[in-house]
This record gives sequence, structure tokens and C-alpha cells, in this order.
Amino acid sequence: MKSYIEPEFIVERDQDKCIRCKVCVNQCTYDTHYYDSEDDIVCSHDENCVNCHRCVVFCPTRAINIKRNPTQYTENQNWSREVITAVKNQAETGGIILTGMGCDKPYYTYWDRILLNASQVTNPSIDPLREPMEIRTFLGCKPDKLDLELESNDLVLMTKLAPQLRVETPILFSALSYGAVSFNVHQALARAATEYGTFMNTGEGGLDRRLYKYGDHVIVQVASGRFGVSPDYLNVGAAIEIKIGQGAKPGIGGHLPGEKVTEDISRTRMIPTGTDALSPAPQHDIYSIEDLRQLIYALKEETDYTKPVSVKIAAVHNSAAIASGMVRAGADIIALDGVRGATGAAPRIIRDNVGVPIELALASVDQRLREEGIRNKASILVAGGIKNSGDVVKAIALGADAVYIGTAALVAMGCTVCQKCHTGKCPWGIATPDPWISKRVNPDIATRRLVNLLSGWSHEIKEMMGGMGINAIESLRGNRLMLRGVGLTETELKVLGIKMAGD
Amino acid sequence: MNTITTLNNPYGEDKVIDACGLFGMMDLTGRRFGSKAPVKAISNMHERGNGLGGGFAVYGLYPQHKDDYAFHIMYLNRESKERADRLLAQSFDVLHAEEMPVNLAANVWNPPMIWRYFLQPKNIAENQSHDEYVVRNVMRINTDTCGAFVFSSGKNMGVFKGVGFPEDIAEYFCLGEYEGYLWVCHGRFPTNTPGWWGGAHPFNILDWTVVHNGELSSYGINRRYLEMYGYNCTMQTDTEVMAYALDLLMRKQKLPMEVVARIMAPPLWIEIDNMEPKEKHLCTMLRQCYSSLLMNGPFTIIAAHNGEMIGLTDRIKLRPLTAGIKGSMLYLSSEEASIHLVSPHLDKVWSPRGGEPVIGRLKTLKTVEVLTPGVRK
Repeated sequence: MKSYIEPEFIVERDQDKCIRCKVCVNQCTYDTHYYDSEDDIVCSHDENCVNCHRCVVFCPTRAINIKRNPTQYTENQNWSREVITAVKNQAETGGIILTGMGCDKPYYTYWDRILLNASQVTNPSIDPLREPMEIRTFLGCKPDKLDLELESNDLVLMTKLAPQLRVETPILFSALSYGAVSFNVHQALARAATEYGTFMNTGEGGLDRRLYKYGDHVIVQVASGRFGVSPDYLNVGAAIEIKIGQGAKPGIGGHLPGEKVTEDISRTRMIPTGTDALSPAPQHDIYSIEDLRQLIYALKEETDYTKPVSVKIAAVHNSAAIASGMVRAGADIIALDGVRGATGAAPRIIRDNVGVPIELALASVDQRLREEGIRNKASILVAGGIKNSGDVVKAIALGADAVYIGTAALVAMGCTVCQKCHTGKCPWGIATPDPWISKRVNPDIATRRLVNLLSGWSHEIKEMMGGMGINAIESLRGNRLMLRGVGLTETELKVLGIKMAGD
Repeated sequence: MNTITTLNNPYGEDKVIDACGLFGMMDLTGRRFGSKAPVKAISNMHERGNGLGGGFAVYGLYPQHKDDYAFHIMYLNRESKERADRLLAQSFDVLHAEEMPVNLAANVWNPPMIWRYFLQPKNIAENQSHDEYVVRNVMRINTDTCGAFVFSSGKNMGVFKGVGFPEDIAEYFCLGEYEGYLWVCHGRFPTNTPGWWGGAHPFNILDWTVVHNGELSSYGINRRYLEMYGYNCTMQTDTEVMAYALDLLMRKQKLPMEVVARIMAPPLWIEIDNMEPKEKHLCTMLRQCYSSLLMNGPFTIIAAHNGEMIGLTDRIKLRPLTAGIKGSMLYLSSEEASIHLVSPHLDKVWSPRGGEPVIGRLKTLKTVEVLTPGVRK
């Protein structure tokens, strides 16, 4: 069948600048570029290009430019190029359209319509370069009160605290499963988390034994496929996360195709090489809240109550009630993943149409837990659409204890958000199990880039806190008076629990 | 309730902002003394107020009624008095009621009608705490009577406050006639102008009073945390959340002030990390559990209840506090000059470090200054 789909991007090559070095030919994993030896010229198959910019960055003479295909269909707000291409694609294949990364539509983002406060006159702003500025955070269940007893003029603590995760910056690396990303990426995340005093989340594909030494800074995930879950795995991490859902594909399972299950991944996931790794949509031992409680306590038993247990859900319409149930079921941490959360592969129709923006879900969950008097019982971690330190500060002021970053961490390592992770051919060596391509991520350099990102954002968070006259992050957490909305309706402001700017 | 809320917060602000001058003096032997020295001292800090609020709390005030709850109530209209009187008669044996003696010649603005009552709770269940019962009734009068406001409700103590400079308020309430062993004084500098007598300091519930200078940047979360424990913040002032935080931690959870100071103004992590293991464990747990009660941003408070006066500043001391001792007398003040004015030959005068409380306790003849070990020295 002749395909009616036109190339999305056009590769322009300045032939005067091109030195025929063939870097682009070698770097492109989609076979876009080829060398024509007869004419001694490098050319491109535009239809293969995914606009990942690998060739653009690595071309030594900057000879390559990639443009959106200027040939457009007749202008139509409803029948846009994206819509027409999707229909043609399905007419030719009869399948579901897959994509990678998070929702790329602008209309679900609230961070950009929220503004932060700063101190003027009546209280001083604080200069973080001269004064201490504290962003250390503890994640886990806290009691309502501490019992102290006076014993021979000495105060003795009677209360025993549930296990806590100590993070030196309120930013953790979100779940990125081994298999969806390469070993080098997992290694860089684990090393950066260790170096900066935060945590990486294994995702649902287990943890390679070579990375067990970073276990104190790893949150091990238990998902519906139970890949790589063993007593060793549960005990090596600092915390355990039960994954119920994911913001990019709420209610949907996962599927790692057999060709991605290489020998290393097979060993870690504990499945035969070359077999498909299917994650069912629900956890088949959790069909209700009391089942969740059983799994939470099974995991706590296995780890002797030494590790906090997190439960991650996709933000959906009744997240507040669900979260309340999760806390009562014994979750120490509630992880919420919003509609803009990313993925290695998901049906595009699900990614772009199911879920709730994280801002709204966070606001309602935090408020509900407070109304029920159980906000202390669990920390709230949010994910899905945190793209800079301003978003982090706003999330914390709305009520989060800390945030997960996934996409931002990948971008730090080279990702350009081309949304083709599901192909497994990531030219940046990130979202690929291919041992040859994944060598493109140098773990030392990637670690450095991740630590730099954490450092940069942490400094910015301190600057913003100092401006507000706050020198400890706990005074920002849930402090919604520091937020004001612009361009939001009355109902949106009410759900967010914030006032209109100027009010 | 609406009347009071409107008065407390006429512009519907998130919180009412003000700054102030504070003074407190306490005879640790419990010997009672008159208003002369405290009024002189607070008047010396005239420039720290703007005439929109002054007030006093006096302890050991009513020895002849020391076991009765003394209510001071202001009324905005006659109807609210009738309603409040009915509520009082329902819940209390009213042992004595009188209009507060005042000096009408004093330079104050638009005074409301003010009455004083001595009360004993009646018809209450055996296992019910008298204090809880009184708190509930105070809240009920303040919210249900459309114009009555209980601004003092403790035993053997009383609050006098209103719109005016503190020296004028002292004159209005004829404070020259009273004696107490502990005086706390306040001159207010609000940035808006509610002109409402109830909005002046000290803030009181039972025998607890708080005067406060500063602005809490953490107000939003302090308030949301307290709301989780049933405190309804109607005044939108920092002083109110301070008072409720003290009530929660000290009265309800029975934590000593030394610990409460480390919750409201905790040591920095770099200090905690360098502490002895036991101390470190305690301070770490306090910050983990009570993180939402960290009072962040500039503040100085003088808090008092029967037998105790406490001075505390924020952890990096963004507002002033000076302490002085002469014999059995402990002084706390926003400005050192005010202490010297009333007691020129002090045994000791010092500026407490940020986050380190100065605590005077009756009859111990001892002032407790809690010093945080480690780097701050």
C-alpha cells in the first residue's frame, strides 16, 4: 500500500559546509542520512527524520538544519496536520498510534498561570548567599505529636518515628524502568542521586545488581508485572514504591517488546531473553483498597518495617478520595503523577486525553488530607510536568513535600523530547536497550550533568525562598498564601485554593 | 461572627500585618507591683507604635477571685450584651459582674462598652475539662452574639487593651489602681487601620497571653496546620497563630517551653548535624514532626501565663529582644533603653540569641536561658 503520509521534517544540508565526514550517517539510528559515493555527497531520507537533533549537535561544521515540513494541508483548526496524519496512519496500519514522553498540548498546564510572592518592607527578604537557606526534607509518616518524659532533669523521647527518607533537595528522579532506558542511564541516575543526597526510582524493571551499591539512594518499584522483584531487591532500596498507575497512561498496562529484552535486562527483570514483558493494567492482587493494604504490609513485613512504602497513582478524577484511602491503608508516601507525566511508550490517545493536571490533583489531595486530619500520616510526591525550579517551588507551596522529575532528567542527559522513545532507537542512547547505541550515554558525563541540574535548581529554589523571607522549606510547604493565580476562573482558583493576583 | 471578622479584617486580607514595641517585667518572687514602671517603659517606645493599638496583660491581678474565671468583654451594641449575658447565665454561675471602671478623659478613640465578670462553670460533666469548657464558651460568644468579644478569660489575670497609644490605654483603664507580679505591655503599628479595640494586643485565651512583633512568612502553613487541629483563625493575625500554636503545644500536648522554642524557632540543620547524638535525635525529630509550626520570618514574642513569662525571637533574630535582671526582677523589651529607664542599675543585661528563649518562672528565682550548643557561639 502506498503511504499517503508526508515527511514531518525536512533536513537541510549546507553542501558548502558539509565535509563528507559522515558523522550524521553514523549517528542517526533511523537511517535518515546516507552517503552517495558516486557523487561524493551526503543526502537524507526526510521521511525517516524524527527531529532528535543528534546530527545537528554532532555535525562538526554545523551544516545541518532541520525544519518542519513547510508543505501544509489547507489551513483548518480542526483538521490539523497532526489529526490528518493520525487518521492516515491508522487507515494504513489498523493499529493504535504509539508515542513517547508526556502530553504535548499546552492547555493542561497551570504552573504558568500561578505567580509567587516576595517580601517587601514589612518583612525582610533573605539573601541565600549570606544566610543559611534550608531545603532538606524528610519523606514518610509523621506522628501528630511527640511524647516527651522528664527523667532526672533530662528530656527523653518516648515516640518512635516511622522510617523516613532524607532528601537534601526536594527533587527526586522519577520512575524510569530498566529496559525502557539503558543501563548507563540507570547508573547515572543512581550515581547523581547518591552524590546529591536524593533518590532515583527504579521504575518497574528491577535494579541491575551492579547498581545495588547505590541502594541507599534508590526507591525500588513494585508494579503489576512484578519484574525483578525479589527479597534482595526489596531490601536493597531505601524505600519501596507500589505502582498503581502512571500519569501518561492511567488505567493502562505496559508492554516491553521481546526484542528489547536483552540478556542483562532479562537477568534483572527475571524473565527469559527475548520474551515480551507485559505489565497488566491493574495489579492482579489489588482489586480494592483492602487489597492494597495487604500488599503494603506484605512489603513492610518483608523489609522489617525499616523502609517507607510509597504508593504511586495517576491523577484521576477522584484522586483525593483515593489518596485518603491509601493513607489509611498504610502508605507512607503518596506519589501523584499528573496528565503531563511522561512514558517510554503509550497510546497517544490515552496520553493526551486521560487524567488530571497535577496542579489540580495535588491541591485537592493536600486539602482533603488536611480536612481529614491525616496530612501528617503521609508525604506527597508529585510528578508529571515539572519543568523548572519555579514549578518545584509552586508545587511545594501548593502542598507537595517534594517532586519527581523524569523528562527534565532525561533532557539533562541529552534528550530533546522528540517523543519517539517507543521505537527503542533513541539516537541519544537514552531510551534504548541497544548496547551499541546506549554507549552514547557516558555515565560519568551524564552523572555530572544530572548533578549540575539538581544544583542549579536547588540554588534557584533558595533564591525564591529567600525572596519570600523563608529560610526553611517546611515553611513553604502548603503555604498557599505565597501563590496567586492569573487568567484562572473562580472555580479553578477555588480548586487550587489560591487567590487571584492583585487580590 | 461576621461582625467580628469584618472588624478584624476589613479589607478581607489573607492576614493583617503589623509591627510593634514589646515590654514585659516579672517579679520572680511573686511580689505584686503597680503600673508605674511598665507604663513608663512602654511609653518610652512610643515611636514603635502608631496609636492604633496598645494593651497590657497583668498577672496576679485578682487575688480575691483567684479561682474564678475573669472575663473582660467588649460590646459593640446593647443587643450583643443581652445575648452574651444570656449565654453566660446558661453556662456559668456569675459571681460578680460590673462595668469596667474607665477614665473617660483619656485620649483614646471610640471606646466600646466594656464589662468584667467573675465566673464559675456550671452544669458540666464530671470528666470534662473546665478549661476546654471555657474555651468553647469564649468562641461561642465571640462568634454567635454579633458584637460581643471576650478579650480576657483567665484566672487571676486580666487583659486591658484598645485603640490608642499604650500610655493612653493605661490611663483609660485606670491601671494605676491595679497590681500584679507580671506585666506584659504592647504598642502596636498596624499597616492598615481597622480601629477595632479587639484587634489590639495582647491576644488572650484562658490565662495565656501573647504579644508579638513581626510578620510570619510561614503564616499560610502555620494556619493550615492549626486548622487541622480544630483552631479557627478568625483574626488573620500572626499573634493569633502564635497563641494557638502555644495552646496546642503547651496546654494540650504538655510540651515544655524549652522544647516549644525548638519547634517555633529550631536550630539550623548545620547546627543539629554537629550536636551530641541525643540532642541531635531530639532536634531532628522535632523538626520532622512539627515542621509546619516553624515560625518563619521575623518575630519577637513575649508569651505569659500564670507563673511564667517567656521571650523568644525567630531563628535568625530579625526582630529585637533584650533581657535584663535586677534582683528578683526579670525584664524583656524590644529596646534596651526602656529597661534602663525603669531600672538603671541592672545586675545583668543581654541580647538573647535568635531562637533561644528567655524563661522566667515564679518562685524559682531563676531565669532560664536555653543556649543551643554548637556553631552559633
